[in-house]
Amino acid sequence: MTYIAKPKISLPNLPKNELGLTTRDYEGAVSTLCAGCGHDSVTAALIQAVFELDIEPHMLAKMSGIGCSSKTPAYFVSEAHGFNSVHGRMPSVTTGANAANRDMTYIGVSGDGDSLSIGVGQFVHAIRRNLNMCYLIENNGVYGLTKGQFSASADIGTKPKKGLPNQQEPIDPASAALALGATYIARSFSGDKEQLIPLIKGAIMHSGFSLVDIISPCVTFNDHEGSTKSYAHTREFYRHVANIDYIHPTEEIRVSYDEGEALPIHLRGGDTIVLRKVDRDYDPTSRADAFKHLRDRFNAGEITTGLLYVNEDRAEMHELMHNIDTPLSRLPYEGLHPGNDELQKLQSRYR
Amino acid sequence: MASTNDVVIKIATVNGTGSASANGLLRKAIFRMGVPVVGKNYFPSNIQGLPTWYEIRVTGDGYSCRSDRVDIMVAMNAQTYAKDLADVEPGGCLIYDSTWPRSSLLNRDDITIIGIPLSKMCNEHFDGVRARILMKNIAYVGVIAALLDLDLDIIKGLLEETFAAKQHLIASNMEAIHLGYDHASKHFPCPLPTRVEKMDATKGHIVIDGNTAAGLGCMYAGATVGAWYPITPSTSLMDAFRTFCGRYRVDPETGKRTYCIIQAEDELAAIGMVLGASWMGARSFTPTSGPGISLMSEFIGFAYYAEIPTVIFDVQRTGPSTGMPTRTQQCDLLSCAYASHGDTKHVLVFPADPEECFYMSVQSFDLAERLQTPVMVLTDLDIGMNDWMVPELEWDDSYIPDRGKVYGAEDLEKMERFYRYLDVDGDGIPYRTLPGVHPKGAYFTRGSGHTKLGAYTENSADYKEVVDRLLVKWETARTMLPEAEIRHSKFNKAAILTMGSCDGACKEALDRLEKQKIGLNYCRVKGFPFTDAVREFIDQHEVVYVVEQNRDAQLRTLLINDIEADQRKLVPLLHYDGMPINAGFVVDGVLKEIAKGRAA
Ligand SMILES: Cc1ncc(C[n+]2csc(CCOP(=O)(O)OP(=O)(O)O)c2C)c(N)n1
Ligand code: SF4
Ligand SMILES: [Mg+2]
Repeated sequence: MTYIAKPKISLPNLPKNELGLTTRDYEGAVSTLCAGCGHDSVTAALIQAVFELDIEPHMLAKMSGIGCSSKTPAYFVSEAHGFNSVHGRMPSVTTGANAANRDMTYIGVSGDGDSLSIGVGQFVHAIRRNLNMCYLIENNGVYGLTKGQFSASADIGTKPKKGLPNQQEPIDPASAALALGATYIARSFSGDKEQLIPLIKGAIMHSGFSLVDIISPCVTFNDHEGSTKSYAHTREFYRHVANIDYIHPTEEIRVSYDEGEALPIHLRGGDTIVLRKVDRDYDPTSRADAFKHLRDRFNAGEITTGLLYVNEDRAEMHELMHNIDTPLSRLPYEGLHPGNDELQKLQSRYR
Repeated sequence: MASTNDVVIKIATVNGTGSASANGLLRKAIFRMGVPVVGKNYFPSNIQGLPTWYEIRVTGDGYSCRSDRVDIMVAMNAQTYAKDLADVEPGGCLIYDSTWPRSSLLNRDDITIIGIPLSKMCNEHFDGVRARILMKNIAYVGVIAALLDLDLDIIKGLLEETFAAKQHLIASNMEAIHLGYDHASKHFPCPLPTRVEKMDATKGHIVIDGNTAAGLGCMYAGATVGAWYPITPSTSLMDAFRTFCGRYRVDPETGKRTYCIIQAEDELAAIGMVLGASWMGARSFTPTSGPGISLMSEFIGFAYYAEIPTVIFDVQRTGPSTGMPTRTQQCDLLSCAYASHGDTKHVLVFPADPEECFYMSVQSFDLAERLQTPVMVLTDLDIGMNDWMVPELEWDDSYIPDRGKVYGAEDLEKMERFYRYLDVDGDGIPYRTLPGVHPKGAYFTRGSGHTKLGAYTENSADYKEVVDRLLVKWETARTMLPEAEIRHSKFNKAAILTMGSCDGACKEALDRLEKQKIGLNYCRVKGFPFTDAVREFIDQHEVVYVVEQNRDAQLRTLLINDIEADQRKLVPLLHYDGMPINAGFVVDGVLKEIAKGRAA
């Protein structure tokens, strides 16, 4: 069923999407995060992305765990259903919700603590199932909500506000996802809307598991000199390899890109993205290349961003399980049991 | 032991030798003769090589618990031979494979020892190692058939059903039956004075285990999402659900499924999955055992507070920790009742046998959705994995699932605004909406403090209002749970109160005590919180023996906690060695208390 929510306050000059909604209709409650927190910029990018994708608010499920990052689903699309679960377990709730209703759009917002420590098992297994969802990690290298302890994404040598630099090997969610077989992997920066919005749009429209690892600085606990997740450090060492444009179904693909640098990619769901390579040698359809590139650039101290890997050949969870197209939660009860006659028959083997 | 239809056969074998089908054949043959049977597995936490026993209690009186004796021991396991020999009741008999000589030290004058060259005969008649081992099992069935005068035509009929597609196996299995049968008939006085005689007491009954019945119940209840992480003794519940769904939930044309079973990465995830599915509006469930409940606890508390239905089966096994995973107990009452941190309490139901597993699993989905809270079905290994004779299951075709208070698109369309946690009806149960139905139905589900309107809060009064309302819901739950089974006579001042799989042992104990002129009343609770009838029942008695299978009197604790039962009256009778409780334990316990001066 389609419901077009009435615009809240009609500001005449705000552009409308196909549903007649403006970005205002995709907003949520007022953020309670620290002023300047990267997470708020991600929220803004998300609002723009779902607005541009014409997603009906009530067909969107906003899922999260616990952390500053996990609070953000309250700050976008108030007419979407939100599920702020327990720490590290957003993926399992999303898996079950998606199992029950494959018609919804699932956006999961998580933090580096939520996904790479307490929830690392669930993160890994959502990838393994190729769960059809857009999974965002707002990666700040620390546990913001518990006041700044290092997270598992902290780089070797990065300095805390107080105490000794980190000496443990970081977990890079993008490389991990690549190794695990995720089918859409992107990285970006909360401060780079231009790059981030299309990457999120692609992630939402991709059928299967898509990860967007977003460097999202914590201004309160990890934005100082010596931190590798600060705004300044990220701006300095961050490199685009391949950006994308999302092609709205009503748009034509304008092949004005230079040969070899632009590549249309048809998503399983029918949408198209156009890949714009910044690094001519980078091939985001090759898992091995992507892996090598990420490692090499990481060792050089750089943060590789853009669409890092995409694979449109693999079926998502429901297809893999041969599930019916209708959402399971919408199936009428009559078809779900074979009745008393059959019960009597099937009991013959217990006599 | 000169009686009919009152005999206990115990078969001692080695795990992984394929004795299950032979034992099943024997049990079924007796059942088909119209004689009630009980089948119990005592198996190790191991796949191959360790001792395992199957016990068949032939009970013309129709009792359902484990017996406390062994009349016929089939000693197929050299490793446990000495103990098996010692376990036989005086006057009973022991069957062993005489292919290999037995030490003369291993003898008993007070029982009949029956040596049958099972291996030798099977080696002569069958080819292949596997076939010889399997046929040796079938041959001991033949020996017992001769000793107990079982009907060979019934055995043949059963083999024909089993091997309908493999005719040659019917002949070879019958051959093995005859090897045992003929040898025993020729060399020993058959049948024994104790024998099985045809009755008409199994008509309208089936023999089934609780996990299968519960899996069937989930299918009939319309569950569409099941998530789980394998754990003994709950695993076969999901296996059963999968089998039934494979048969009835696959579109014959497209091959597409109307169910989704997810093998989770652990129980932390399994519970998250079923909550996500329920939140989305599917009927969902997860089967597990004690260790799984421990892992699920945080999410169970979340579901209590955020008010999300789901059904959790806890097929209890012996704790603490890994404990004895293939032994039974009722040891998770407290951890389930109060699972999770903070003030939480959860609705529990206690089926006593596979029949109740079937009906109560359906009922649990209704309760969970009506009450918008997790409902835990507490069974145990004894119910879940043993073979129980129960009345045939019936399905009421007019059944309509109770999906509880859910606003649909039309309701929402008419409303000004929807608030998730408002107690509109005064019963403590708010209305919910399902995602994707209507924009006005959107709300934010959270485990953090929230107001009755669903908004985040750190305000004391707003917080309290919601948690206090949950207590109103708790009282509503009390009125909705299945009523206790009560047998009451005004002449009795003492009673037995119990739950779940203790039922059979307690009822048999009541009969035995009655014969000694000790009359006791009976109450079997079927759910938590306890109904008013339970409270009244306790009030009516001077002494209430609380029979349960755990060390710490957990049921008794719940009674004291939930309905402020007078603890001086509640005398614990605790069975917790991992074996299913039997009538003898209850009788002895009561008699001991009476001897101490406790009123009967
Ligand atoms: C089971 C459990 N353990 C610990 C916590 C405390 N806790 C809350 S948020 C958090 C870390 C969050 O870090 P991250 O996911 O990186 O989010 P950020 O705040 O940095 O955005 C922790 C440890 C909790 N809520 N639950
Ligand atoms: S503590 Fe850090 S992560 Fe949390 S809101 Fe503040 S800036 Fe953002
Ligand atoms: Mg963080």
